[in-house]
Amino acid sequence: MYDLIVIGGGPAGLAAACEAWENGLEHILIVERDKELGGILNQCVHNGFGLHYFKEELTGPEYAGRFIKLLRSTGVEVRLDTMVLEVTADRRVCMVGKDTGYRVEEARAVILAMGCRERTRGAIAIPGTRPAGVFTAGAAQRYVNMEGWLPGKRVVILGSGDIGLIMARRMTLEGAKVLACVEVMPYSGGLNRNIVQCLQDYDIPLYLSHTVTEIRGKDRVEQVVVSQVDERRRPIPGTEMIFDCDTLLLSVGLIPENELTRQAGIRMDRRTNGAIVYENMETSLPGVFACGNVCHVHDLVDFVTAESQRAGRAAAEFAKGGVADGGGVLEVNTGDGVSYTVPQLIRPERVDKAVDLFFRVNRVCGDSEILVTSGQTQIAKFSREHLAPGEMEHIVLPRVLLDRAQGEITVSIREVEK
Amino acid sequence: MKELICIVCPKGCHLKVDEEQGYAVTGNACPRGAEYGRVELTHPTRVLTSTVKCVGGSHPRCPVKTDAPIPKELMFQAANALDGIEIHAPVHVGDVVLADVCGTGVNIVATKDDPGQG
Repeated sequence: MYDLIVIGGGPAGLAAACEAWENGLEHILIVERDKELGGILNQCVHNGFGLHYFKEELTGPEYAGRFIKLLRSTGVEVRLDTMVLEVTADRRVCMVGKDTGYRVEEARAVILAMGCRERTRGAIAIPGTRPAGVFTAGAAQRYVNMEGWLPGKRVVILGSGDIGLIMARRMTLEGAKVLACVEVMPYSGGLNRNIVQCLQDYDIPLYLSHTVTEIRGKDRVEQVVVSQVDERRRPIPGTEMIFDCDTLLLSVGLIPENELTRQAGIRMDRRTNGAIVYENMETSLPGVFACGNVCHVHDLVDFVTAESQRAGRAAAEFAKGGVADGGGVLEVNTGDGVSYTVPQLIRPERVDKAVDLFFRVNRVCGDSEILVTSGQTQIAKFSREHLAPGEMEHIVLPRVLLDRAQGEITVSIREVEK
Repeated sequence: MKELICIVCPKGCHLKVDEEQGYAVTGNACPRGAEYGRVELTHPTRVLTSTVKCVGGSHPRCPVKTDAPIPKELMFQAANALDGIEIHAPVHVGDVVLADVCGTGVNIVATKDDPGQG
Protein backbone atom coordinates (compact mmCIF):
# COMPACT_ATOMS: atom_id res chain seq x y z
CA MET A 1 0.00 0.00 0.00
CA TYR A 2 1.43 3.36 -1.05
CA ASP A 3 0.69 6.57 0.81
CA LEU A 4 0.44 8.34 -2.54
CA ILE A 5 0.51 7.41 -6.22
CA VAL A 6 1.19 10.28 -8.64
CA ILE A 7 0.13 9.63 -12.24
CA GLY A 8 2.48 11.50 -14.58
CA GLY A 9 6.12 12.53 -14.14
CA GLY A 10 6.02 15.95 -15.82
CA PRO A 11 6.32 19.26 -13.97
CA ALA A 12 3.01 18.75 -12.12
CA GLY A 13 3.78 15.23 -10.94
CA LEU A 14 7.35 16.08 -9.95
CA ALA A 15 6.35 19.10 -7.85
CA ALA A 16 3.43 17.26 -6.24
CA ALA A 17 5.55 14.21 -5.29
CA CYS A 18 8.41 16.34 -3.89
CA GLU A 19 5.98 18.40 -1.82
CA ALA A 20 4.17 15.32 -0.47
CA TRP A 21 7.56 13.90 0.57
CA GLU A 22 8.44 17.19 2.29
CA ASN A 23 5.13 16.92 4.14
CA GLY A 24 5.97 13.56 5.63
CA LEU A 25 4.78 10.86 3.25
CA GLU A 26 7.32 8.05 2.84
CA HIS A 27 5.78 5.62 0.36
CA ILE A 28 5.24 7.61 -2.81
CA LEU A 29 5.18 6.25 -6.37
CA ILE A 30 5.34 8.26 -9.60
CA VAL A 31 4.07 6.40 -12.66
CA GLU A 32 5.35 7.80 -15.97
CA ARG A 33 4.60 6.41 -19.42
CA ASP A 34 7.67 7.91 -21.12
CA LYS A 35 11.21 6.58 -20.70
CA GLU A 36 12.27 9.60 -18.65
CA LEU A 37 10.86 12.15 -16.20
CA GLY A 38 10.23 15.79 -17.12
CA GLY A 39 7.26 15.49 -19.46
CA ILE A 40 6.82 18.03 -22.22
CA LEU A 41 9.52 20.30 -20.72
CA ASN A 42 12.12 17.98 -22.26
CA GLN A 43 11.20 19.19 -25.75
CA CYS A 44 10.75 22.86 -24.77
CA VAL A 45 14.41 23.76 -25.31
CA HIS A 46 13.68 27.51 -25.41
CA ASN A 47 14.19 29.75 -22.39
CA GLY A 48 11.73 31.75 -20.30
CA PHE A 49 10.81 29.16 -17.69
CA GLY A 50 11.21 29.69 -13.95
CA LEU A 51 11.16 33.49 -13.70
CA HIS A 52 8.52 33.31 -10.96
CA TYR A 53 9.61 30.18 -9.14
CA PHE A 54 13.40 30.20 -9.43
CA LYS A 55 13.75 33.96 -10.15
CA GLU A 56 15.93 33.17 -13.14
CA GLU A 57 15.39 32.36 -16.78
CA LEU A 58 15.75 28.65 -17.51
CA THR A 59 15.10 26.42 -20.51
CA GLY A 60 12.50 23.65 -20.24
CA PRO A 61 15.02 20.83 -19.69
CA GLU A 62 16.82 22.91 -17.04
CA TYR A 63 13.54 23.58 -15.19
CA ALA A 64 12.64 19.87 -15.24
CA GLY A 65 16.22 19.00 -14.29
CA ARG A 66 15.99 21.04 -11.07
CA PHE A 67 12.97 19.04 -9.94
CA ILE A 68 14.39 15.70 -11.06
CA LYS A 69 17.48 16.43 -8.97
CA LEU A 70 15.30 17.36 -6.00
CA LEU A 71 13.28 14.16 -6.46
CA ARG A 72 16.47 12.05 -6.46
CA SER A 73 17.29 13.42 -2.99
CA THR A 74 14.00 11.93 -1.72
CA GLY A 75 12.85 8.33 -1.38
CA VAL A 76 10.12 8.72 -4.01
CA GLU A 77 9.86 5.61 -6.20
CA VAL A 78 9.56 6.07 -9.97
CA ARG A 79 8.22 3.61 -12.54
CA LEU A 80 9.09 4.64 -16.10
CA ASP A 81 7.70 3.13 -19.31
CA THR A 82 4.54 2.41 -17.36
CA MET A 83 1.01 3.31 -18.44
CA VAL A 84 -1.86 3.66 -16.02
CA LEU A 85 -4.96 1.94 -17.39
CA GLU A 86 -7.50 2.68 -14.68
CA VAL A 87 -7.96 4.43 -11.36
CA THR A 88 -10.83 3.06 -9.27
CA ALA A 89 -13.01 4.94 -6.81
CA ASP A 90 -11.31 3.09 -3.91
CA ARG A 91 -7.90 4.33 -5.15
CA ARG A 92 -6.54 1.21 -6.76
CA VAL A 93 -4.31 2.09 -9.71
CA CYS A 94 -4.05 -0.48 -12.53
CA MET A 95 -0.93 -0.10 -14.66
CA VAL A 96 1.12 -1.95 -17.23
CA GLY A 97 4.89 -1.47 -17.47
CA LYS A 98 7.71 -2.60 -19.71
CA ASP A 99 9.61 -4.29 -16.89
CA THR A 100 6.91 -4.85 -14.28
CA GLY A 101 4.03 -6.14 -16.42
CA TYR A 102 0.46 -5.64 -15.23
CA ARG A 103 0.18 -4.45 -11.64
CA VAL A 104 -2.55 -3.14 -9.39
CA GLU A 105 -1.30 -0.86 -6.61
CA GLU A 106 -3.34 0.59 -3.78
CA ALA A 107 -2.84 4.07 -2.39
CA ARG A 108 -4.18 6.22 0.43
CA ALA A 109 -4.19 9.20 -1.96
CA VAL A 110 -3.85 9.66 -5.72
CA ILE A 111 -2.71 12.72 -7.67
CA LEU A 112 -3.76 13.00 -11.30
CA ALA A 113 -1.00 14.84 -13.19
CA MET A 114 -1.38 13.52 -16.74
CA GLY A 115 -1.09 16.87 -18.52
CA CYS A 116 -2.76 17.66 -21.82
CA ARG A 117 -2.49 16.96 -25.52
CA GLU A 118 -2.89 19.01 -28.65
CA ARG A 119 -6.01 19.58 -30.69
CA THR A 120 -5.54 18.04 -34.13
CA ARG A 121 -6.69 18.72 -37.67
CA GLY A 122 -9.62 16.36 -37.11
CA ALA A 123 -10.80 18.41 -34.15
CA ILE A 124 -11.02 21.60 -36.22
CA ALA A 125 -12.14 20.01 -39.49
CA ILE A 126 -10.09 21.84 -42.14
CA PRO A 127 -11.38 21.00 -45.64
CA GLY A 128 -9.07 19.71 -48.36
CA THR A 129 -6.94 16.71 -49.19
CA ARG A 130 -5.11 14.50 -46.71
CA PRO A 131 -1.42 14.84 -47.63
CA ALA A 132 1.63 14.39 -45.40
CA GLY A 133 3.01 17.58 -43.90
CA VAL A 134 0.26 18.55 -41.46
CA PHE A 135 1.62 18.41 -37.92
CA THR A 136 0.62 19.70 -34.54
CA ALA A 137 3.19 22.26 -33.37
CA GLY A 138 4.16 20.10 -30.40
CA ALA A 139 4.78 17.06 -32.62
CA ALA A 140 7.02 19.20 -34.85
CA GLN A 141 8.78 20.46 -31.71
CA ARG A 142 9.55 16.89 -30.70
CA TYR A 143 10.87 16.03 -34.17
CA VAL A 144 13.15 19.09 -34.26
CA ASN A 145 14.34 19.26 -30.66
CA MET A 146 14.56 15.61 -29.63
CA GLU A 147 14.69 13.43 -32.72
CA GLY A 148 16.72 15.79 -34.91
CA TRP A 149 14.42 16.02 -37.95
CA LEU A 150 13.24 19.19 -39.66
CA PRO A 151 9.65 18.41 -40.70
CA GLY A 152 9.50 20.91 -43.58
CA LYS A 153 11.11 23.82 -45.41
CA ARG A 154 8.22 26.19 -46.19
CA VAL A 155 5.82 26.47 -43.31
CA VAL A 156 2.46 28.04 -42.51
CA ILE A 157 1.31 28.01 -38.89
CA LEU A 158 -2.38 27.92 -38.02
CA GLY A 159 -3.15 29.27 -34.55
CA SER A 160 -1.09 31.66 -32.48
CA GLY A 161 -0.76 29.57 -29.34
CA ASP A 162 2.60 29.77 -27.64
CA ILE A 163 3.88 26.45 -29.02
CA GLY A 164 3.13 27.60 -32.57
CA LEU A 165 4.93 30.90 -32.00
CA ILE A 166 7.93 29.17 -30.43
CA MET A 167 8.07 26.76 -33.39
CA ALA A 168 7.94 29.66 -35.88
CA ARG A 169 11.24 30.91 -34.44
CA ARG A 170 12.71 27.45 -34.00
CA MET A 171 12.01 26.34 -37.60
CA THR A 172 13.34 29.67 -38.90
CA LEU A 173 16.62 29.31 -37.00
CA GLU A 174 16.94 25.76 -38.36
CA GLY A 175 16.71 27.05 -41.93
CA ALA A 176 13.02 26.73 -42.77
CA LYS A 177 11.00 29.64 -44.18
CA VAL A 178 7.94 30.42 -42.07
CA LEU A 179 5.55 32.24 -44.40
CA ALA A 180 2.77 33.22 -42.03
CA CYS A 181 1.08 32.67 -38.72
CA VAL A 182 -2.71 32.66 -39.09
CA GLU A 183 -5.12 33.24 -36.18
CA VAL A 184 -8.90 32.96 -36.44
CA MET A 185 -9.52 35.23 -33.44
CA PRO A 186 -8.97 39.01 -33.60
CA TYR A 187 -6.25 38.64 -30.94
CA SER A 188 -3.36 36.25 -30.39
CA GLY A 189 -3.77 33.17 -28.22
CA GLY A 190 -0.14 33.36 -27.14
CA LEU A 191 1.86 35.61 -24.87
CA ASN A 192 2.74 39.08 -26.15
CA ARG A 193 6.43 38.46 -25.59
CA ASN A 194 6.29 35.51 -27.97
CA ILE A 195 4.65 37.62 -30.69
CA VAL A 196 7.62 39.98 -30.36
CA GLN A 197 10.53 37.60 -29.99
CA CYS A 198 9.29 34.76 -32.21
CA LEU A 199 7.39 36.53 -35.02
CA GLN A 200 8.46 40.19 -35.17
CA ASP A 201 12.17 39.39 -34.65
CA TYR A 202 12.05 37.26 -37.80
CA ASP A 203 9.58 39.37 -39.84
CA ILE A 204 6.95 36.61 -39.85
CA PRO A 205 3.52 38.13 -40.57
CA LEU A 206 0.65 37.44 -38.17
CA TYR A 207 -2.77 37.41 -39.83
CA LEU A 208 -5.45 37.95 -37.17
CA SER A 209 -9.10 37.12 -38.02
CA HIS A 210 -7.89 34.71 -40.71
CA THR A 211 -7.99 30.93 -40.99
CA VAL A 212 -6.90 28.08 -43.26
CA THR A 213 -9.86 27.19 -45.48
CA GLU A 214 -8.23 24.55 -47.66
CA ILE A 215 -5.23 22.24 -47.66
CA ARG A 216 -4.01 21.25 -51.14
CA GLY A 217 -1.55 18.55 -52.19
CA LYS A 218 -1.57 14.89 -53.20
CA ASP A 219 1.21 13.14 -51.30
CA ARG A 220 2.66 16.16 -49.53
CA VAL A 221 1.18 19.55 -48.68
CA GLU A 222 1.65 21.83 -51.71
CA GLN A 223 -0.50 24.84 -50.87
CA VAL A 224 -2.76 26.13 -48.17
CA VAL A 225 -5.54 28.64 -48.73
CA VAL A 226 -6.01 31.31 -46.06
CA SER A 227 -9.16 33.43 -45.85
CA GLN A 228 -10.23 36.33 -43.70
CA VAL A 229 -13.14 35.60 -41.35
CA ASP A 230 -16.02 37.80 -40.21
CA GLU A 231 -16.91 38.53 -36.59
CA ARG A 232 -18.72 35.18 -36.41
CA ARG A 233 -15.57 33.42 -37.66
CA ARG A 234 -17.07 32.56 -41.04
CA PRO A 235 -14.65 32.77 -44.01
CA ILE A 236 -15.29 35.80 -46.24
CA PRO A 237 -15.40 34.80 -49.95
CA GLY A 238 -12.98 36.73 -52.12
CA THR A 239 -10.34 37.19 -49.40
CA GLU A 240 -8.40 34.01 -50.22
CA MET A 241 -4.58 34.09 -50.13
CA ILE A 242 -2.63 31.10 -51.43
CA PHE A 243 0.64 30.06 -49.80
CA ASP A 244 3.00 27.63 -51.54
CA CYS A 245 4.28 25.51 -48.69
CA ASP A 246 5.14 21.94 -47.75
CA THR A 247 4.12 22.06 -44.11
CA LEU A 248 1.20 23.24 -42.00
CA LEU A 249 1.71 23.39 -38.24
CA LEU A 250 -1.36 23.49 -35.99
CA SER A 251 -1.26 25.39 -32.73
CA VAL A 252 -4.97 25.44 -32.08
CA GLY A 253 -5.35 24.59 -28.43
CA LEU A 254 -4.64 22.01 -25.80
CA ILE A 255 -7.04 19.50 -24.26
CA PRO A 256 -6.50 18.13 -20.74
CA GLU A 257 -6.01 14.38 -20.95
CA ASN A 258 -8.73 13.06 -18.66
CA GLU A 259 -9.68 9.55 -19.78
CA LEU A 260 -8.66 8.15 -16.38
CA THR A 261 -10.51 10.91 -14.56
CA ARG A 262 -13.78 10.31 -16.44
CA GLN A 263 -13.45 6.56 -16.08
CA ALA A 264 -13.15 6.98 -12.31
CA GLY A 265 -16.49 8.81 -12.32
CA ILE A 266 -14.97 12.12 -11.17
CA ARG A 267 -17.11 15.21 -11.80
CA MET A 268 -15.80 17.22 -14.76
CA ASP A 269 -16.01 20.89 -15.72
CA ARG A 270 -17.00 21.44 -19.36
CA ARG A 271 -15.31 24.84 -19.33
CA THR A 272 -11.83 23.62 -18.34
CA ASN A 273 -12.18 20.06 -19.68
CA GLY A 274 -10.65 19.08 -16.36
CA ALA A 275 -11.95 17.80 -13.05
CA ILE A 276 -13.96 20.11 -10.81
CA VAL A 277 -11.63 20.80 -7.87
CA TYR A 278 -11.84 22.23 -4.38
CA GLU A 279 -9.48 24.86 -2.95
CA ASN A 280 -6.82 22.17 -2.24
CA MET A 281 -7.09 20.60 -5.73
CA GLU A 282 -9.15 17.66 -4.45
CA THR A 283 -11.64 16.25 -6.96
CA SER A 284 -15.16 15.01 -6.27
CA LEU A 285 -13.58 11.66 -5.31
CA PRO A 286 -12.17 12.02 -1.78
CA GLY A 287 -8.40 11.48 -1.68
CA VAL A 288 -7.99 11.96 -5.44
CA PHE A 289 -6.40 15.28 -6.47
CA ALA A 290 -5.69 16.88 -9.86
CA CYS A 291 -3.07 19.49 -10.74
CA GLY A 292 -1.30 21.07 -13.68
CA ASN A 293 -2.54 20.95 -17.26
CA VAL A 294 -4.81 17.95 -16.62
CA CYS A 295 -6.89 20.28 -14.46
CA HIS A 296 -6.77 23.40 -16.64
CA VAL A 297 -4.31 24.49 -19.32
CA HIS A 298 -1.67 26.88 -17.95
CA ASP A 299 0.54 29.39 -19.80
CA LEU A 300 3.41 29.17 -17.34
CA VAL A 301 5.02 26.13 -15.77
CA ASP A 302 5.78 28.19 -12.66
CA PHE A 303 2.05 28.25 -11.87
CA VAL A 304 1.81 24.51 -12.55
CA THR A 305 4.51 24.00 -9.93
CA ALA A 306 2.75 26.14 -7.33
CA GLU A 307 -0.61 24.46 -7.96
CA SER A 308 0.94 20.99 -7.80
CA GLN A 309 2.67 21.78 -4.53
CA ARG A 310 -0.76 22.66 -3.10
CA ALA A 311 -2.07 19.30 -4.32
CA GLY A 312 0.97 17.53 -2.85
CA ARG A 313 0.46 19.12 0.57
CA ALA A 314 -3.26 18.33 0.55
CA ALA A 315 -2.65 14.72 -0.52
CA ALA A 316 -0.12 14.32 2.30
CA GLU A 317 -2.63 15.64 4.81
CA PHE A 318 -5.33 13.31 3.48
CA ALA A 319 -3.06 10.24 3.48
CA LYS A 320 -2.06 10.93 7.07
CA GLY A 321 -5.76 10.98 7.98
CA GLY A 322 -5.66 14.55 9.23
CA VAL A 323 -8.69 15.91 7.40
CA ALA A 324 -11.91 16.59 9.27
CA ASP A 325 -15.18 16.39 7.36
CA GLY A 326 -17.86 19.03 7.43
CA GLY A 327 -18.14 22.73 6.82
CA GLY A 328 -19.90 24.54 4.02
CA VAL A 329 -19.01 24.70 0.35
CA LEU A 330 -18.93 27.86 -1.74
CA GLU A 331 -19.58 27.45 -5.43
CA VAL A 332 -17.45 29.74 -7.60
CA ASN A 333 -19.54 31.05 -10.49
CA THR A 334 -18.30 32.72 -13.65
CA GLY A 335 -19.84 36.13 -14.28
CA ASP A 336 -19.51 38.52 -17.21
CA GLY A 337 -16.21 38.23 -19.06
CA VAL A 338 -14.92 35.17 -17.20
CA SER A 339 -14.70 31.82 -19.00
CA TYR A 340 -13.70 29.55 -16.11
CA THR A 341 -12.25 29.50 -12.60
CA VAL A 342 -10.03 27.04 -10.72
CA PRO A 343 -10.93 26.06 -8.07
CA GLN A 344 -14.63 25.75 -8.85
CA LEU A 345 -15.52 24.94 -5.22
CA ILE A 346 -14.16 26.39 -1.97
CA ARG A 347 -14.58 25.01 1.56
CA PRO A 348 -13.83 28.14 3.61
CA GLU A 349 -13.13 26.11 6.74
CA ARG A 350 -10.30 24.31 4.95
CA VAL A 351 -8.72 27.61 3.87
CA ASP A 352 -5.82 28.50 6.09
CA LYS A 353 -5.16 32.17 5.30
CA ALA A 354 -6.24 32.72 1.72
CA VAL A 355 -7.22 30.89 -1.44
CA ASP A 356 -5.53 31.35 -4.83
CA LEU A 357 -8.15 31.69 -7.54
CA PHE A 358 -7.14 31.29 -11.19
CA PHE A 359 -9.29 32.20 -14.17
CA ARG A 360 -9.32 33.28 -17.79
CA VAL A 361 -11.24 36.12 -19.38
CA ASN A 362 -13.18 35.55 -22.61
CA ARG A 363 -12.18 38.76 -24.41
CA VAL A 364 -9.38 41.32 -24.49
CA CYS A 365 -10.01 44.16 -21.99
CA GLY A 366 -8.17 47.38 -21.20
CA ASP A 367 -8.34 49.00 -17.76
CA SER A 368 -10.64 46.72 -15.82
CA GLU A 369 -11.89 45.70 -12.43
CA ILE A 370 -12.15 42.09 -11.33
CA LEU A 371 -15.22 41.90 -9.10
CA VAL A 372 -15.96 39.15 -6.61
CA THR A 373 -19.57 39.20 -5.42
CA SER A 374 -21.82 37.00 -3.35
CA GLY A 375 -25.51 37.61 -4.00
CA GLN A 376 -25.83 41.40 -4.12
CA THR A 377 -22.74 41.99 -1.98
CA GLN A 378 -19.35 42.85 -3.40
CA ILE A 379 -16.69 41.14 -1.32
CA ALA A 380 -13.52 42.02 -3.26
CA LYS A 381 -12.30 44.15 -6.16
CA PHE A 382 -8.98 44.03 -8.04
CA SER A 383 -7.68 46.40 -10.73
CA ARG A 384 -5.89 45.34 -13.91
CA GLU A 385 -4.52 47.48 -16.74
CA HIS A 386 -4.86 44.73 -19.29
CA LEU A 387 -6.64 41.37 -19.53
CA ALA A 388 -6.45 38.82 -22.36
CA PRO A 389 -7.74 35.27 -22.86
CA GLY A 390 -4.19 34.10 -23.58
CA GLU A 391 -3.00 35.18 -20.15
CA MET A 392 -4.25 33.36 -17.06
CA GLU A 393 -5.32 35.68 -14.25
CA HIS A 394 -4.78 35.10 -10.57
CA ILE A 395 -6.35 36.70 -7.49
CA VAL A 396 -5.88 35.92 -3.82
CA LEU A 397 -9.01 35.82 -1.63
CA PRO A 398 -8.32 36.02 2.11
CA ARG A 399 -10.32 33.73 4.40
CA VAL A 400 -11.96 36.71 6.11
CA LEU A 401 -13.55 37.75 2.83
CA LEU A 402 -14.75 34.21 2.06
CA ASP A 403 -16.47 34.10 5.44
CA ARG A 404 -18.72 36.94 4.25
CA ALA A 405 -19.98 34.95 1.26
CA GLN A 406 -23.31 33.10 1.24
CA GLY A 407 -23.28 29.78 -0.65
CA GLU A 408 -21.57 31.11 -3.75
CA ILE A 409 -19.24 33.73 -5.11
CA THR A 410 -19.22 35.12 -8.63
CA VAL A 411 -16.13 36.43 -10.42
CA SER A 412 -16.76 38.95 -13.19
CA ILE A 413 -14.96 41.62 -15.20
CA ARG A 414 -16.01 45.25 -15.60
CA GLU A 415 -14.15 47.49 -18.00
CA VAL A 416 -13.44 50.94 -16.60
CA GLU A 417 -14.21 54.00 -18.72
CA LYS A 418 -11.19 56.28 -18.88
CA MET B 1 9.54 58.13 -28.20
CA LYS B 2 9.36 54.46 -29.11
CA GLU B 3 6.82 51.91 -27.91
CA LEU B 4 7.90 48.34 -27.18
CA ILE B 5 6.51 45.21 -25.59
CA CYS B 6 8.89 43.94 -22.95
CA ILE B 7 10.00 40.34 -23.51
CA VAL B 8 11.87 39.87 -20.23
CA CYS B 9 9.01 38.01 -18.58
CA PRO B 10 5.58 36.67 -19.58
CA LYS B 11 3.84 39.77 -18.26
CA GLY B 12 4.67 41.64 -21.49
CA CYS B 13 4.69 45.24 -20.19
CA HIS B 14 3.95 47.98 -22.72
CA LEU B 15 7.10 50.14 -22.54
CA LYS B 16 7.73 53.66 -23.78
CA VAL B 17 11.36 54.53 -24.38
CA ASP B 18 12.48 58.13 -24.87
CA GLU B 19 15.60 58.13 -27.07
CA GLU B 20 16.12 61.84 -26.48
CA GLN B 21 16.11 61.53 -22.69
CA GLY B 22 18.92 58.99 -22.36
CA TYR B 23 16.61 56.08 -23.22
CA ALA B 24 14.42 56.71 -20.18
CA VAL B 25 11.84 53.90 -19.92
CA THR B 26 8.28 54.21 -18.62
CA GLY B 27 5.53 51.58 -18.37
CA ASN B 28 7.90 48.97 -16.94
CA ALA B 29 6.84 47.04 -13.83
CA CYS B 30 10.38 46.11 -12.80
CA PRO B 31 14.01 47.28 -13.25
CA ARG B 32 14.67 44.54 -15.80
CA GLY B 33 12.13 46.21 -18.09
CA ALA B 34 14.03 49.51 -17.96
CA GLU B 35 17.22 47.65 -18.84
CA TYR B 36 15.49 45.80 -21.68
CA GLY B 37 14.03 49.02 -23.12
CA ARG B 38 17.42 50.73 -23.18
CA VAL B 39 19.33 47.73 -24.57
CA GLU B 40 16.64 46.93 -27.17
CA LEU B 41 17.02 50.37 -28.75
CA THR B 42 20.82 50.59 -28.50
CA HIS B 43 22.19 47.07 -29.10
CA PRO B 44 19.41 44.44 -28.92
CA THR B 45 20.40 41.00 -27.61
CA ARG B 46 18.77 37.57 -27.36
CA VAL B 47 19.53 34.20 -25.81
CA LEU B 48 19.89 31.52 -28.50
CA THR B 49 18.57 28.05 -27.73
CA SER B 50 19.07 25.08 -30.02
CA THR B 51 20.26 21.46 -30.02
CA VAL B 52 23.41 19.58 -31.05
CA LYS B 53 23.99 15.98 -32.06
CA CYS B 54 24.64 13.74 -29.05
CA VAL B 55 26.53 10.51 -29.78
CA GLY B 56 25.60 7.65 -27.46
CA GLY B 57 22.92 9.72 -25.76
CA SER B 58 19.47 8.59 -24.69
CA HIS B 59 18.16 10.96 -27.39
CA PRO B 60 19.79 11.85 -30.74
CA ARG B 61 19.94 15.56 -29.79
CA CYS B 62 21.07 17.44 -26.69
CA PRO B 63 19.50 20.85 -25.97
CA VAL B 64 21.89 23.83 -25.62
CA LYS B 65 21.79 27.60 -25.02
CA THR B 66 24.07 30.61 -24.99
CA ASP B 67 25.04 31.20 -21.37
CA ALA B 68 24.41 34.94 -21.86
CA PRO B 69 22.48 37.01 -24.41
CA ILE B 70 24.26 37.60 -27.73
CA PRO B 71 23.73 40.44 -30.24
CA LYS B 72 20.44 39.86 -32.05
CA GLU B 73 22.03 40.19 -35.49
CA LEU B 74 24.30 37.20 -34.73
CA MET B 75 21.43 34.75 -34.07
CA PHE B 76 21.63 33.01 -37.46
CA GLN B 77 25.43 33.01 -37.48
CA ALA B 78 25.51 31.45 -34.01
CA ALA B 79 22.87 28.88 -34.97
CA ASN B 80 24.93 27.96 -38.04
CA ALA B 81 28.06 27.59 -35.89
CA LEU B 82 26.32 24.67 -34.15
CA ASP B 83 25.93 22.78 -37.44
CA GLY B 84 28.18 19.70 -37.43
CA ILE B 85 29.01 19.85 -33.74
CA GLU B 86 28.88 16.47 -32.03
CA ILE B 87 29.08 15.83 -28.33
CA HIS B 88 29.38 12.50 -26.56
CA ALA B 89 27.32 11.21 -23.64
CA PRO B 90 27.54 11.43 -20.69
CA VAL B 91 26.62 15.12 -20.80
CA HIS B 92 25.95 17.39 -17.82
CA VAL B 93 24.01 20.65 -17.59
CA GLY B 94 26.48 23.51 -18.09
CA ASP B 95 29.06 21.53 -20.11
CA VAL B 96 30.55 23.88 -22.72
CA VAL B 97 29.60 22.70 -26.18
CA LEU B 98 31.14 25.62 -28.11
CA ALA B 99 33.30 28.30 -26.49
CA ASP B 100 33.27 31.97 -27.52
CA VAL B 101 30.58 31.62 -30.20
CA CYS B 102 31.13 34.06 -33.11
CA GLY B 103 33.72 35.95 -31.07
CA THR B 104 31.12 37.17 -28.58
CA GLY B 105 32.89 35.77 -25.53
CA VAL B 106 29.67 33.83 -24.82
CA ASN B 107 29.72 30.05 -24.50
CA ILE B 108 27.13 27.59 -25.74
CA VAL B 109 26.35 25.14 -22.96
CA ALA B 110 24.30 21.95 -22.55
CA THR B 111 20.93 22.40 -20.79
CA LYS B 112 20.14 18.75 -20.05
CA ASP B 113 21.89 15.86 -18.36
CA ASP B 114 22.24 12.83 -20.60
CA PRO B 115 23.80 9.85 -18.81
CA GLY B 116 23.93 7.92 -22.09
CA GLN B 117 22.10 4.82 -23.28
CA GLY B 118 21.46 1.82 -21.09
